[in-house]
Amino acid sequence: MKVGVVTFPGSLDDVDAQRAVRIGGNEAVALWHADADLKGVDAVVLPGGFSYGDYLRCGAISRFAPVMAEVVRAAGNGMPVLGICNGFQILCESHLLPGALIRNDHRKFVCRDQKLRIENNRTPWTAAYEQGAEITIVLKNGEGGFVADADTLARIEGEGQVVARYLEVNPNGSLDDIAGIANERGNVVGLMPHPEHAVEELTGSGTDGLGFFTSLAAATFA
Amino acid sequence: MPKPEILDPQGKAVLGALPRLGFSGVSDVRQGKRFELEFDGEVTPDVLAEVERMAETLLSNPVIENYAVTVEQ
Repeated sequence: MKVGVVTFPGSLDDVDAQRAVRIGGNEAVALWHADADLKGVDAVVLPGGFSYGDYLRCGAISRFAPVMAEVVRAAGNGMPVLGICNGFQILCESHLLPGALIRNDHRKFVCRDQKLRIENNRTPWTAAYEQGAEITIVLKNGEGGFVADADTLARIEGEGQVVARYLEVNPNGSLDDIAGIANERGNVVGLMPHPEHAVEELTGSGTDGLGFFTSLAAATFA
Repeated sequence: MPKPEILDPQGKAVLGALPRLGFSGVSDVRQGKRFELEFDGEVTPDVLAEVERMAETLLSNPVIENYAVTVEQ
């Protein structure tokens, strides 16, 4: 499958995400924030970083980049979209995902190997994992606290839209220890920790993140 | 402004700093943003409606923030 990785001004992890896509067995296609089309890709990854310098609010300006109009349209048609860290923030600002991400409750940037539980393996990004799988991948954020109003939170929990939950430590004050969520349809997933940094023994804290990039094939052929 | 039910870590930091500087009696601090938009000519109801749209689409995130628009001559 062809997986587009969008580079915004200030994206940091786009090259790592492209590499993870290739290691996961798919073709990585570089997309630029000013592109008006998605170059025929089958899925899109919005990578981590500090797009537009995090000015105004994280992801608030990226949401209106030309490429995002196409991403929003494609997501509405069921295209798999994965937002990691800043990409998660962009998906929330775009209203493709419910809730929002605010400054960590302890106000410090956090960078740690974080244990997670995969709560929903029925998305195109998590199909390669066993339901309830416990994985460890790196987390690095300053504004990763997931919040939503009580009704939204109850709906997310009730509909099984929580994709991953923090284990042992809640590193940023996220409600219900939520590390990642999906939209109702399940094709759009946002995740605060970084699976693209855990795809090779040489550089990662392991290869627990690889499943996010091999899942596309697993979901397609399931 | 962050909605009342949304945690405001920056406001909490300011609240914690005030007593250290000898200021007392403050029971809570919320930190928000202020935007000053300038227009040539009169701010008509149409212009004001446009500003409201700016506020809810870009300037604020209605999921976590409330906003208010005021006009100054």
